[in-house]
Amino acid sequence: MSTPVLSPITGNIWKLEVEDGATVAAGDEILIMESMKMEIPVEAPVAGVCRFSVTEGANVQEGDLLATIG
Amino acid sequence: MFTKILVANRGEIARRIMRTARGMGVASVAIYSEADRSALHVAEADEAYCVGAAAPQQSYLQGGRVIDAALQSGAQAIHPGYGFLSENADFARRVMAAGLTWIGPDPQLIDALGDKVNARNLMSGVGFPVNPGGLAGDAAAVEALVDEIGLPVMVKAAAGGGGIGMKVVHRRADLWPACERASQQAARLFGDPTLLIERFMEGARHVEVQILGLNSGEVLALGDRDCSVQRRFQKIVEESPSPGVSQKLRAHLLEASASSAEALGYRGAGTIECLVRDDEFVFLEVNARLQVEHPVTEMVTGLDLVEAQLHIAANEPWQPPNGRVEAHGHAIELRIYAEDPRTFLPAPGLLSCWREPVGEGVRVDSGYQAGDTVTPFYDPLLAKLCVHGADRPAALSKARHAIRAFEVEGPKTNLPFLAELLNDSAFRNGDYDTGFVSRMQQAKAVKEPS
Repeated sequence: MSTPVLSPITGNIWKLEVEDGATVAAGDEILIMESMKMEIPVEAPVAGVCRFSVTEGANVQEGDLLATIG
Repeated sequence: MFTKILVANRGEIARRIMRTARGMGVASVAIYSEADRSALHVAEADEAYCVGAAAPQQSYLQGGRVIDAALQSGAQAIHPGYGFLSENADFARRVMAAGLTWIGPDPQLIDALGDKVNARNLMSGVGFPVNPGGLAGDAAAVEALVDEIGLPVMVKAAAGGGGIGMKVVHRRADLWPACERASQQAARLFGDPTLLIERFMEGARHVEVQILGLNSGEVLALGDRDCSVQRRFQKIVEESPSPGVSQKLRAHLLEASASSAEALGYRGAGTIECLVRDDEFVFLEVNARLQVEHPVTEMVTGLDLVEAQLHIAANEPWQPPNGRVEAHGHAIELRIYAEDPRTFLPAPGLLSCWREPVGEGVRVDSGYQAGDTVTPFYDPLLAKLCVHGADRPAALSKARHAIRAFEVEGPKTNLPFLAELLNDSAFRNGDYDTGFVSRMQQAKAVKEPS
C-alpha cells in the first residue's frame, strides 16, 4: 500500500531532495516547495520508496498530489 | 537634490519611498512585473516601466532592465528598497557604472558584509563582540571548536540567509552528522558548503540597531529595535525601545554600533543585528539597506529615514533637527502577512475587502487595496501596522484597537494571531525571546487539540 503526499500550500516545486525511486525514512525531507518567498520542506510521512508526481519548477495547488511513498 | 528617482521595488516599500520623494518634490519612477500592472505603487508613481513577467527572476531581479528604465526615464538615482536587488553589490556597481547614483551603502561594503564569515571577522576586527565560534572544517576541527565553546551550538551556512540551513545541535554525538548534512544542503542550495559554528544562545532576544552613516564620516545610532517575535527565523513584530534591554546595555550597544560602523566607513542607512541575553550582546549580521521595520525607529525619533538616505546619496550634509537624535515614547510594528494564522503557511488569494485602521499615532504602510490579488510570486507581507504611544502600555493599547479595526477578507491573514499575541500576558509584560512564538503555538496546541 502506498501513502500519498499532498501539497500543504499553493506554490511551486523548488527542489526535489531525493532521487525518484529512492528509499526514504519517515521524516526525511523529500522536496522543498516555494511560495511567497518561503521555502517549505515536505517530509515523507512514512518509510518506503518515494515516487514523485511532480517535477522541479511545477506549479501546484494546495492539496495536489506531490508523491507517493510505498 | 535629485529631481527624479527610480524605485526598484514593489508593494508597501515602493509606496513608502515614493511618499517621501513626493514630499521633497522629487518625481518617482516605478517598475513593475506583469502581475503588478494595476498595483498601487504603479498608480502612485509619476511614471512606470514594465520590467518583465511575474516571477521575480524575470522582472524585479532583472538588473539590466531596471537600469534601462532609469536611463530612459531620466532618473538620476535608484533606490532599491529591501529584498530584491538591495544587497546585490554587482547591481549597485552596474548602477554606478551607468552614471546613476546608488541610494545605499558602498558596493564593496555590501559584498563584505553579505558573507556571514566575512562580516563576523570584519566586525570582530573593529571591536564589536562576536559569538564564540568559527569555521567548521573537518570532524577534528569541529570537535576542538566545541571543546572550546561548549554545547549547544548553532550550525549555519556561511552563504545562507532567511533562516534556511540553520540547525541547533545539543548533543556531541549529533555534531558531525549534523555538520555533514548541513554542509551538503548548503552546497546544494547556496552553492557553497562552508559552515559557521557558533555558540547557541538559548533564550536570547533579537535586538538590532538602526545606523545612519553621514557624509562627514560620522555614524549615528538611531536606537534599538526588538525583533524577537519570529516564526521560522523571520520577524513578525518589532518594537522600540526593546523591553528587555537595560539603559546601561542600550548605551553600550548603541555606542559599539556607531563606532564599529564608523570604523568600517559605513555611509547610508543600515542595521546591525545582535543577539542579547542578560547583559551580553553579540553580533548576528549587518543588513546594508533600509530595513522592513524602519518605521518604529521613525516613530520614536521623528526622523524620516528615506529623506536622510536621499540627502546622503545626493552628497548633501544631513543632520537630525536640532543636531541631535532624541527618542520619544514607544513604537510597535505588526506585520500583516497573507498566511494561515495557525500554521504560518503562505496563503495567496483575492482581497475582497481591505480597510485600514486610522488614528493618532497609527501608521499603516501597505501595498494592497480591495480587488488586488495577492500572488504566490512575492513576499507575503501585505502591510505594516505601526503604532506610537507615550509608553509601552499606551502603544499596546493602540495596537489592540488598531488590529481589531483592520479588516481584510479573502486570503487568510495572521491578524487573528496578532490579536492573540497582543493579549498574551508574557508579551504584554515584555517577557519574550526568539523562542516565544513556538512556545505560544505549542501551548495553544495542548489547549485546543485539533
